[in-house]
Amino acid sequence: MEKEKSESSRILQRFAFWKSSTEKPEAPFVEEEGEKSEDAVIDIENLNVYIREQHILKNINLSLHDKKITCIIGPSGCGKTTLLRSINRMIETTEHLRVTGRVCVDGEDIYDRKAEITHIRKKIGLLSQRPTPLPMSIYDNITYGCRIHGERNRKKLDSIVEKYLRNVNLWDEVKDRLHTPASALSIGQQQRLCLARGLAVEPQFILADESTSALDPISSKHIEDLFAKLRKRYGIIMVTHTLRQALRIADYVVFMYMGEVIEQGTAEELFKNPQHELTKQYLSGVFS
Amino acid sequence: MSLPLLQRRLYKDKAMRTVMRVLTWLSLFLLVAIGIGLFFKSRLILSEHSLWGLLSGREWKPLSGEFGFLPFIVGTLFVTALSIAIALPIALLSALFLTEYAGSWVKRVVFPIFDILAGIPSVVYGVWGTLIIVPWIADRLGPKFVDYTSGYTVLASGVVLGVMILPILVSLLIEIFTIVPQDYREASASLGATKWQTCWKVILRKALPGIVAAVVLSISKAFGETIAVLMVCGNYAAIPRSLFDPCYPLPALIANNYGEMLSLPLYESALMFAAFILFFIILIFNIISRWVLRNIERNFKL
Amino acid sequence: MKSKFIVEKIFLGLMIISVILVFGFLGSILITIVRNGWPAMSWDMITQLPGGGFYIGKEGGVLNAIVGSLYIVGASTVLGLLISIPIVFYINIYLKSDSKLASLSRLSFDVLYGIPSIVYGAFGFAIMISLGLRTSLLGGIIVITLLIIPIFVRSMDEVARQLPRHLLDATYSLGATRYEVIKVAIRQILPGIATATLLSIGRAIGDAAGVMFTAGFTDSIPTSLDQPAATLPLAIFFQLSSPIPDVRERAYAAAMLLTLIVLILSIVGRMITHRFSKNKIK
Repeated sequence: MEKEKSESSRILQRFAFWKSSTEKPEAPFVEEEGEKSEDAVIDIENLNVYIREQHILKNINLSLHDKKITCIIGPSGCGKTTLLRSINRMIETTEHLRVTGRVCVDGEDIYDRKAEITHIRKKIGLLSQRPTPLPMSIYDNITYGCRIHGERNRKKLDSIVEKYLRNVNLWDEVKDRLHTPASALSIGQQQRLCLARGLAVEPQFILADESTSALDPISSKHIEDLFAKLRKRYGIIMVTHTLRQALRIADYVVFMYMGEVIEQGTAEELFKNPQHELTKQYLSGVFS
Repeated sequence: MSLPLLQRRLYKDKAMRTVMRVLTWLSLFLLVAIGIGLFFKSRLILSEHSLWGLLSGREWKPLSGEFGFLPFIVGTLFVTALSIAIALPIALLSALFLTEYAGSWVKRVVFPIFDILAGIPSVVYGVWGTLIIVPWIADRLGPKFVDYTSGYTVLASGVVLGVMILPILVSLLIEIFTIVPQDYREASASLGATKWQTCWKVILRKALPGIVAAVVLSISKAFGETIAVLMVCGNYAAIPRSLFDPCYPLPALIANNYGEMLSLPLYESALMFAAFILFFIILIFNIISRWVLRNIERNFKL
Repeated sequence: MKSKFIVEKIFLGLMIISVILVFGFLGSILITIVRNGWPAMSWDMITQLPGGGFYIGKEGGVLNAIVGSLYIVGASTVLGLLISIPIVFYINIYLKSDSKLASLSRLSFDVLYGIPSIVYGAFGFAIMISLGLRTSLLGGIIVITLLIIPIFVRSMDEVARQLPRHLLDATYSLGATRYEVIKVAIRQILPGIATATLLSIGRAIGDAAGVMFTAGFTDSIPTSLDQPAATLPLAIFFQLSSPIPDVRERAYAAAMLLTLIVLILSIVGRMITHRFSKNKIK
């Protein structure tokens, strides 16, 4: 009951924000800190993933925090992406898959037989490596998620589109062509559109799978800056291949190697004072 | 939150899945039903004659109870094989030329043309056959090889069918060759191969599974074609000895006689048996070709 | 000169000959049809039903066959789409790609695709007889629908298999159910669906063997589903077997008409397909 209340009040508040924002379009990103009564957490306990009897993830234990940026780093093929994809059960599209252990989102085990996955996925947005606009107009891309989750009110949808496009600094670039195909946008714009689309269903977490690697440096910077802003509202878990990026924006860092979590901690601890030999080697560039 | 909505969505999802699953199973069932139905219908003739007797019999005298299917089976296979023998080399060479040698604008122009031509109804090919090919064989080509031919021959059927499957075969092959990555061509050229050597040793090899699949598709089409063949084959129930003999493929047999012969149960059953033979050949052919394709794909992973 | 250059020359020559042959054959078909069909072509052909003495060379046209063909093609295309789209998405979205059922139904559609239309026709007719039905528009529609479903499924499946994984993932990650994902995926393969439709229409309108026994033939335009219906390919076929030259001339005209209809359909269809692809993600 309590949750329901906070949910609705949050929506109302956002709506109020939008009203004010139309008056002064350059309004900064809205900060709604301290609204949620408790910080949501993703808890991963003894997670093992096998594909075709290959042990891809080995006994992962992790806690991912809300309103923080957690960077998962490690050499390619270490299971970063698999870990990310198992957090919203996207991994299930893979064949010959076996998963053991628990991934709890908000205290709910998503691998529980009774768990309803569409409901859980709504709480966890995904921004993939390459932008993935849906085959429809810009407007429909943003509102798609809201509409499948039951929002039909045209005015509200309009306001949602404007609000989230503003949040990703895309509104001014596309406001005159909201009903043109999203595929006509530049790659950088598409990626911001996808971010806005993910935000529009009001997730608690955002998973980002090397989301800047396919972009040009300027667009990449753009997305990174957005993440830095978004951390005030959302928990962001990102897989990254560039150490510099992790250095710039991570609050927490998880270092993985060969399907195992070797070391984890706050960015400061891990970068300044790595404990494990492998981490030291990786950070100093012995391998990448 | 809005649990009723969520439940409604999940319910819809489940309902749609059920509908789709039922449709998929129904289509599987259709295949089985056709097989069983045709077999059931041809039981009468199978109880009167032995299976081997029917398949190897050369005499077709329905009114006196002789049903030999060999001429029809041979005719069908002969015509189908001939059509592929005519169409495949031409299609392969021209598809290679259009993808590897001609400029990219050619592909842009030619590709849609072939797709459109592939839609020309088979009856039109039949008309063309009777107007052009049949007289040509009777007057020009035939006399050079045999004393007399009416023009309505195995050769005419093969040519008409071959031309009929040309557009579809060429457009499939162009598509397949286009998919072969550019890297292969560059790698081969950098070793000093000529363009033809690259085509022959690299592209054809790499595209082999696709080529086989395209040929399977065209054989399926040629094999069952009825009307166009009916118009040019001569409809004469004897085993053809040469390209200039008339023939009588199975589909033509059914088309010519079914519907009129319902008063004779045995005859009807014989025609159903003919349909069953067609069904069975297609079934076996598809299973074998799938197996072959899988093997090729395994062995040729370059 | 090295031998490899000689081989190169020889095969280049062969290739050019092949291309000329392909275009020669196809050009010859179009020219033959037009040259023979044009003289017998008249406004009456398109707008009149066969008159009393039509089959001995008197006045009349083939409107009955044109309308019959369009009825059958229209109805069976709609039915075929309604049945095959769910099947394609069931195989590609609901079933995993290593599913036994998926590969079994792909095989069975390959076989169904290969089954000659005459077999569908004869089988359909046998069923109709045992149910006590006579040749009718409905029978023709059902058989043609069965005939084109495999074409639909096969060619849409080809496109649906190449649905970008990331597109589906993006939709799932917004919390969509599989059914909702299908609705997005449909937009992506809309051009593919249009192409499949074109292909099926071409096959449906040109097929004679399937409707020979099931739809029958008539000189009037059917007004209900249980009446027989004429079709263009059959009209051509029957008139062509006539001994009277005038009637055969008309067969050529009808053949030209049929070719024209197919060409127009596929060119218009191509233009529509082009419009469909505007939202498609590369």
